[in-house]
Amino acid sequence: MSNELEIKELDEVVVRFSGDSGDGMQLAGNIFSTVSATVGNSISTFPDYPADIRAPQGSLTGVSGFQVHIGAEQVYTPGDLCDVLVAMNAAALKTQYRYAKPGAAIIIDTDSFGPKDLEKAAFKTPDYLGEMGIDPDRVIACPITQMVKDCLADTGMDMKAMTKCRNMFALGLVCWLFDRDLDVAANYLKEKFAKKPGLAEANIKVIQAGYDYGHNTHSSVANVYRIETKHKVPGRYMDITGNKATAYGLMAAAEKAGLKLYLGSYPITPATDILHELSKHKSMGVITVQCEDEIAGCASALGASFAGALAATSTSGPGICLKSEAMNLAVIMELPLVVLDVQRGGPATGLPTKSEQTDLLQVLFGRNGESPMPVMAATSPTDCFDAAYEAAKIALEHMTPVVLLTDAFVANGSGAFRLPNLNDYPAICPPYVPEEMRGTWTPYQRDEATKVRYWAVPGREGFQHILGGLEKDNKTGAISTDPENHHLMTQLRQQKVDSIPVPDLEVLGDKDDADLLIVGFGGTFGHLHAAMDAMRAQGKKVAMAHFKYIRPLPANTAEVLKKYPKVVVAEQNMGQLAAYLRMKVDAFVPYQFNQVKGQPFVVEELVNSFNEII
Amino acid sequence: MFTLQDYKKGQPRWCPGCGDHFFLASLHKAMAEIGVEPWNTAVISGIGCSRRLPHYMATYGMNTIHGRAAAIATGCKVANPKLAVWQVSGDGDGLAIGGNHFIHANRRNIDLNMILLNNRIYGLTKGQYSPTSPRGFVSKSSPYGTVEDPFRPAELCFGARGHFFARAVATDAPATVEILKAAYNHKGASVCEILQNCVIFNNGTHDSVYTKEGRAKNAIYVEHGKPLIFGENREYGLVQQGFGLKVVKIGEDGVTEADILVHDAHCEDNTLQLKLALMGNGDGMPIALGVIRDVEAPTYDQCVEAQIEEVKAQKKYHNFAELLETNDIWEVK
Repeated sequence: MSNELEIKELDEVVVRFSGDSGDGMQLAGNIFSTVSATVGNSISTFPDYPADIRAPQGSLTGVSGFQVHIGAEQVYTPGDLCDVLVAMNAAALKTQYRYAKPGAAIIIDTDSFGPKDLEKAAFKTPDYLGEMGIDPDRVIACPITQMVKDCLADTGMDMKAMTKCRNMFALGLVCWLFDRDLDVAANYLKEKFAKKPGLAEANIKVIQAGYDYGHNTHSSVANVYRIETKHKVPGRYMDITGNKATAYGLMAAAEKAGLKLYLGSYPITPATDILHELSKHKSMGVITVQCEDEIAGCASALGASFAGALAATSTSGPGICLKSEAMNLAVIMELPLVVLDVQRGGPATGLPTKSEQTDLLQVLFGRNGESPMPVMAATSPTDCFDAAYEAAKIALEHMTPVVLLTDAFVANGSGAFRLPNLNDYPAICPPYVPEEMRGTWTPYQRDEATKVRYWAVPGREGFQHILGGLEKDNKTGAISTDPENHHLMTQLRQQKVDSIPVPDLEVLGDKDDADLLIVGFGGTFGHLHAAMDAMRAQGKKVAMAHFKYIRPLPANTAEVLKKYPKVVVAEQNMGQLAAYLRMKVDAFVPYQFNQVKGQPFVVEELVNSFNEII
Repeated sequence: MFTLQDYKKGQPRWCPGCGDHFFLASLHKAMAEIGVEPWNTAVISGIGCSRRLPHYMATYGMNTIHGRAAAIATGCKVANPKLAVWQVSGDGDGLAIGGNHFIHANRRNIDLNMILLNNRIYGLTKGQYSPTSPRGFVSKSSPYGTVEDPFRPAELCFGARGHFFARAVATDAPATVEILKAAYNHKGASVCEILQNCVIFNNGTHDSVYTKEGRAKNAIYVEHGKPLIFGENREYGLVQQGFGLKVVKIGEDGVTEADILVHDAHCEDNTLQLKLALMGNGDGMPIALGVIRDVEAPTYDQCVEAQIEEVKAQKKYHNFAELLETNDIWEVK
């Protein structure tokens, strides 16, 4: 074999790591993303893992995947299909090959394709490649397990520990394929296994072995690829997942507002990482309480809010149903609260690890009584930071619970995050009762313009008051069942939310002369943007408008939606945003693209469908 | 110094004769004697007749939703441990819909003063059986009698590893004030069961101990370090027998005062305390009143604060800018 490799420049590439759920594919994928982001590539990642912690080894249901899209220029999605598929066992090849592009390179561990492995993966013959119609020339077939054992033979590690390093061999091979510097990976592992330097060393050794294997014995893939970063935005960056960015946004907001941060939560996939992240940061004074249930998560947060903290509760799926009662209490008590709903597949337990946008109407309308509550939706992993900051700012300044919707895709996915400087972020100023109101203040007195009531935090002398779930008199704050008062209070709560200022809807693409406007909300931003780009590259006139603020809607919503001859609302539900917009915008009749598969949109499908509309 | 007037507000609207009136007066008195400023006190209720109570307090207060008062009080106390937090629930609010929060507040040992106003009935919804109504209880929702056993609040508290349990009768103001003060002084979750009458829907439920005369006959006031003696003429006492307690008559069968069991509210092992707490359910034993269990233990809210201080001292980052620097960062030039 020649060592004279041709290095090919690529604009973008999609790599998918897949294996058994215990094979460490998420870690391998994360390291590869970090290594790529470090050289300035744009990245977008998508972990796709099963609900079982350890499904039976080698089984079809236990396959875990991690897809990363790397681009010389901005990438918006983790990519529809991959250019390189790593399949660590037969079941992974069987289930993940459908995510490979025709002509994709496929890396397999031949040691995991024995008769039993093939049987578990429901292959009928020993010719598994032939059975799946895969051209052997595209396959880098490597006895990874054996190579790893050989590599670690003199470390004294037991067999189980050694085979756990297989993921690093695959990572090394992929790093070779894309001409990546191993130092970054080595540093990552040293940090991750800081307390087990022996383990870090073993993993680093295996990465190097994988890299060398590729370098020395590459058989069928004659190229090494390089993705050069084209448009760099100077700055300092880190890799961040959506859930981590959400946690960071809350911490930033608490610091800016000068308040303690309190999170009341109950473990639930895929929101739990927010609890994990915030639990780490006690040195910043963050309080996290893992409660007895979802209800207490929300209720205790509301108690903390009453006591003067920036309070949040995080959940997903069925958890949001359980919280609705206490969310409603926050509405009527008019206390700040951030409710984080990381949407997953439903109904009921549904698809716990998969992504949907199916909670929108529930968070808008799923509570008893007239219950206006601001709703926002983060558009990307890194946007979760700004969205959480903004949600906290709205909650604190307008004395209201705010729902921030993310989803499993955004929460688990990651992107390169330019380190924010808090000085650039707007101040957060809660409406504390002015001192001069002492003696005359009542709890539901409001600012005339914003309809926001004032906040008196326990501990402050002379402002003792009672709040509660019963309707209150708008002047005295006493319990009231007066019909006129209830009507007025209902209106006031609505007006308060309606008058929250939110930025105008931005139109991207052919904003002056588009034939089709693509509309979406939250986590589908990347896919819809990629679809728009693809259509414009085909010569079509297309624009997009993406909602981050859903209640209240941006002031120019109707103007934008009615400006274009055709509008398609594309969402991962059966048409919830479309229904809401039709309710809010007179005579608005959009086309709809609805898909509820638990998986991100596929750009190609969007393009085909949108082209039919045009 | 504060007086009772500093904690009072408004005109209570419970039914005439309701036990809540008696309890409220005792709470005002206890708070004045405890002396925490009204603005550093929060009183939190759920739903039911008990939910009105914070409305009659000149403190900070919340009248929340059914069953959640303990959870809401938890967040309030943990976020601001300087506040004295009182959580008031009835037997339905606290033990049925709020049962989960009740046990976990006890288990976590959050420094809450948890009041359980036990009238063994749902009063506000007009007379359904509650989780403390006795088996066979006839009510609007059980016209042929219930076919389920009740909770015994002490058992639930102890089962949840609660460290403080006291009991008083609503009409017995001095004893009620005493246990409320003891509950405040106890650091950690303190459960005070208040036996009270519902004149409309469950009249007479605690008749045997509702009057002074009744208590003289049918109750025993327990006090830490004092022998467990009771009776109109202090002629009876409790002794241990086998796995349980037994009533003996002092002076009969050679029993002297020295033979009587001495109450130990501070004993970590709650076995005998539970025996005391469960007496009086038709077993010929007196109903125990006073502080039955009062054991020191680390409180959740203080541990949270201590852990924050500890981690602050350990870690090098204390603000957001410093937090960012703890990540793997690369620079694009």
